[in-house]
Amino acid sequence: MMHLFVDLVYVIIDTVWDVLPIVTIIFGFQFLILRKPIPNLKRIITGFVLVLLGLGFFLEGLQAALFPLGRLMAYQLTDPSFIAGSDNVAALRWWNYYWVYLFAFAIGFATTIAEPSLLAVAIKANQVSAGAIGTWGLRIAVAIGVAIGIALGVFRIITGTPLYWYIISGYVFVLVQTLFAPRMIIALAYDSGGVTTSTVTVPLVAALGLGLAGTVPGRNPLLDGFGLIAFASLFPIMSVLGYAQLSEWKNRRNTQSVTKEISRE
Amino acid sequence: MNPLKAIWAALFDSLRDLLPIIVVIAFFQLAVLQQPIPNFSEITVGILFVVIGLTLFVQGLNMGLFPIGETMAYSFASKGNLFWLLCFAFALGFGTTIAEPALIAVAEEAALVAATGGMIANNEQSMESYAQGLRYTVAISVGIAIVIGVFRIIKGWPIQYLIVIGYIGVVIMTVFAPAEIIGIAYDSGGVTTSTITVPLVTALGVGLASSIKGRNPMVDGFGLIAFASLTPMIFVMGYGMLV
Repeated sequence: MMHLFVDLVYVIIDTVWDVLPIVTIIFGFQFLILRKPIPNLKRIITGFVLVLLGLGFFLEGLQAALFPLGRLMAYQLTDPSFIAGSDNVAALRWWNYYWVYLFAFAIGFATTIAEPSLLAVAIKANQVSAGAIGTWGLRIAVAIGVAIGIALGVFRIITGTPLYWYIISGYVFVLVQTLFAPRMIIALAYDSGGVTTSTVTVPLVAALGLGLAGTVPGRNPLLDGFGLIAFASLFPIMSVLGYAQLSEWKNRRNTQSVTKEISRE
Repeated sequence: MNPLKAIWAALFDSLRDLLPIIVVIAFFQLAVLQQPIPNFSEITVGILFVVIGLTLFVQGLNMGLFPIGETMAYSFASKGNLFWLLCFAFALGFGTTIAEPALIAVAEEAALVAATGGMIANNEQSMESYAQGLRYTVAISVGIAIVIGVFRIIKGWPIQYLIVIGYIGVVIMTVFAPAEIIGIAYDSGGVTTSTITVPLVTALGVGLASSIKGRNPMVDGFGLIAFASLTPMIFVMGYGMLV
């Protein structure tokens, strides 16, 4: 148990190291170019320290508790002996992998809810929209998008269809949705594609992709194991645009419109 | 509210954010794979760490990252020097990406793919220089993305026009890029934006949009991350074609 605390110190040092370039850039520009005193400097520095400590605890906790088990699980669920039992793996069809789809969907949803960068964007969107965009509404919409995206990405690895078919049709779909979506949400929806996949999601999803590509006959882990992150970045755009359209439509049936409320601000 | 109560409430929020993962992993371990949970006490401490970490992170976000991003946005806007603002945008994008651990992992993976596929010589040295080149490529592309994104906020262009151009760029590059690189290129878009970059960049965008007259923080302030996830795909495929 003790080693967890020792590792924690190392993780915090690593995090400080990662953050160093950012801090240098910020303070370099602040003191050399802008040359203005920062208001509440003490508070901001405390905030940075909290962020570093927080990320250290967060990463060490994930590495100690959830990642090993989650990765092992991803490999076990994609293991030929689990999926096929005594049958031949080559005889399996895509629907025989149902537990893998369910796991992909569930883990995609669950990791997205815990993703700190999405939480940050949701908090900001809530502030900027004066509460019109709820933090939970946005996060759940994004999480559903990631869940569907990863489940579909797993389907692609199993069937071996080319990645770009899905991504390009996804693009077309997003563009059509953009035409009909409320203007307020478009930029936020595009952003939500990029924030979903970081600290929590990537390691677990990567293990799932590589494990699966190693199991399914004819797949090469090096080539087919990729692509899940791309799905997880594309589908939240659709689900957030969809969520906005749905709430606009609901609001139009009531009298108060979300967009009106924002423009009054 | 008294401080102790506030801390409890914040910890409880973090626990709630984490609950879905705990439920999913416990369900698959106990019900589907039908195995006991190993190292139960270690896992409990780990979960406690995650909860504490998330709570501290959210506190620090509101005290440190958001205010500094916004303060700098206001200062740049009031100073009115576009050149330095764009320099800052590039530095922020490049500097936060080059050190990103997820990107380092993906670059090494990509070098392995390239070596296995015979695109580069299969030895340590050429793989390392390939991975390094890829990291710089992605970091430069994110720097450019933030520059374009900041410029868009200042001009108030609708984001979808630029995104359409980006999508067309991705599709064109996909046609010409070697098949081995496509999966990695598409994934590289998702891994570039780290947990510290996102709040900073978001605060910068929203801060700029609120301090420039005629811009709406909701319509114009977001979107920087979107560019940062799009340009790496184009640049990585370009890298795959050239190297």
